[in-house]
Amino acid sequence: MGDLLVQPLTWGSFLTFTVMAVLFLLLILGMVTYGIYFERKILGWMQLRPGPNRTGKLGLLQTVADVLKLLIKEDTIPSKADRPLFKIAPAISFVPSFVVLATIPYTDKLYFANLDIGVLYYVALSALSTIGIVLGGWASNNKYALLGGMRSAAQLISYAVPLVISAVGVVLISGTMNMIGIVERQEGWFWNWNFLPQILGFGVFVIAAIAELNRSPFDLPEAESELVAGYHVEYSGFRFAFYMLAEYVYMIAMSALITVLFLGGWHAPAPFLDFIPGIIWFILKFCFMFFFIIWLRGTMPRIRIDQLMSLGWRVLLPLSLANIFITAIVVEIIKAING
Amino acid sequence: MAIRTEELLLNVGPQHPSTHGVFRIVVKIDGEIIKEATPVIGYLHRGTEKLAEDLNYTQIIPYTDRLDYVSAMTNNYVLVSAVERLMQIEVPERAEFLRVIVMELQRIASHLVWWGTYLLDIGAMSPFLFAFRDREIIIDLFNELCGARLTYFYMRVGGVKWDAPDGWIEKVRDFIPYMRERLKVYDDLVSGNEIFLARIKGIGRYDAQTAIDYGLTGANLRCTGVKRDVRKDHPYSVYDRFEFDIPTRTEGDCYARYLVRIEEIKQSLRILEQAVEMFPEGPIMAKLPRVLRPPEGEVYSRVESPRGELGCYLVSKGKDSPYRLKFRRPSFVNLQILPKILVGESITNLITILGATDIVLGEVDA
Repeated sequence: MGDLLVQPLTWGSFLTFTVMAVLFLLLILGMVTYGIYFERKILGWMQLRPGPNRTGKLGLLQTVADVLKLLIKEDTIPSKADRPLFKIAPAISFVPSFVVLATIPYTDKLYFANLDIGVLYYVALSALSTIGIVLGGWASNNKYALLGGMRSAAQLISYAVPLVISAVGVVLISGTMNMIGIVERQEGWFWNWNFLPQILGFGVFVIAAIAELNRSPFDLPEAESELVAGYHVEYSGFRFAFYMLAEYVYMIAMSALITVLFLGGWHAPAPFLDFIPGIIWFILKFCFMFFFIIWLRGTMPRIRIDQLMSLGWRVLLPLSLANIFITAIVVEIIKAING
Repeated sequence: MAIRTEELLLNVGPQHPSTHGVFRIVVKIDGEIIKEATPVIGYLHRGTEKLAEDLNYTQIIPYTDRLDYVSAMTNNYVLVSAVERLMQIEVPERAEFLRVIVMELQRIASHLVWWGTYLLDIGAMSPFLFAFRDREIIIDLFNELCGARLTYFYMRVGGVKWDAPDGWIEKVRDFIPYMRERLKVYDDLVSGNEIFLARIKGIGRYDAQTAIDYGLTGANLRCTGVKRDVRKDHPYSVYDRFEFDIPTRTEGDCYARYLVRIEEIKQSLRILEQAVEMFPEGPIMAKLPRVLRPPEGEVYSRVESPRGELGCYLVSKGKDSPYRLKFRRPSFVNLQILPKILVGESITNLITILGATDIVLGEVDA
């Protein structure tokens, strides 16, 4: 895949990319389906109950059945809703979630785009989804949805900033924004992975990432106990499925991004384990991050909106700035020592 | 340039996941800050008190089950004790012990429901399932005792309907250490959680005088430092034989209410422990006339329900059904402070405060 990118475009490579993209899309849809199943099972076990176990063997068809149910549901639009916006909002939310996946390098060979501004591209595009959420909340003409949408906007502004700034530390160490470059820089033993030298940045990044994913304990835009369902309260059927799809694809994308930026991407934790293919390591690390996000949901109460804002601006932002400052000094000192 | 802003009228309920039933509160909000809150109740009104005037005394008991359906045993007791006091019936000791045991088990079950649903309101999902799993044990015990899981219809004027089956008391005895262990797990899981503390500390605060002015009872009063519990102040049944403390806190916020309720579970376990030890032999039903006709007169009987002071005012004209029956429902009274403490809070705190008040809509609306 990687080699084809740098060669002139031929019909052959065009076809390869098209087929791979379609396969990848299907793979992601499958991953979302079983990601949801995985989440429900994990939560079930955490809560001393079996989780889905009726549809199909071990409940494996549960999410498939859920999606089918959403597909055949009546598509309702509230009479006072802003119809064009109401229809387009889920798509605005969900398209960027797939687009960002293109920049993630899964192994040293398998990636869809080799961008020199990979990190920036990811952050910029993923922020677009919030527009879909705000629009959906506004267009529903529902007060709960409106509050949810507004919360989402406030949350995005508060958390995108520390998210980007904490990623700058990684960029400083690696000297590049290219994700492949960042992963290659983390070769060798696991202490070369960015999460140890960048432990502060890693912490801030993970917290900000979960906030940006709107996942518990930061699931304020859809806070069930307060706003009923927040921005998607009026959505049903497939439009609702789009919002859910976007949320889970972002969970996948964010787990992959954390793996790439901080957990050494496709590298093995020790050089002698290199015989195991990189994709396996990537999947393992990815699964750990995915599990971590679900784990938080099983254990944490929800934070309040004003506490969320003050955490973002008063704690995470100064920490991430301090992280840049320290990283920059250390990088310069190392440069000076090495001549 | 000043941006023109408007206040928004938001209807919370009657269909809302966190109002614990069909409670509706109309709030005027500026952004997310509440300017005015007006509770609207009555969606579950069934006219229990009026219906009771056409029923004989035993027939009223199942209606009390459905007032506070999370704590049906204490409701049973308040009615039968009113009739017993009017008729001056001597209730057998074994029956009184069975009543105390089921009422304390019920208090634990009720607080567990509160604990689980309150954390669900705060946004934590798992504790709810933990709590309901442990409550299930109590429900099973009740099921074994009287064949029902929620609306028991267990107590009768003059005693209880069913004696404890073989081995039942032993099961209650085994439950006590189990529940103590579980409470430790709960503490580990929740009580020290930073987010949880930040969410409920200092929220919904009022002082003792306000609480008394509004007639609050139960944990809602004890969280302000007022040591008042009907079980101690006006002992009923056989409560004067047990040693237990009344937990109080002085902060008066949601966190204090949380701690008071958790401590109450521990005290209930203490009472259970002693009651199981002292459990006597004997009959479970007093000798009664065929038809219950309390003499002319009136009586006010009260118990400490998990939600506060539950009272029953009964006027009899010597007939087989009451002339007037009035329940003092603690949920209803405790709810009245809401409009006062909600002003200036955010929507999120509305749920936090409402949850900490611990209302049951069946009781609010009667």
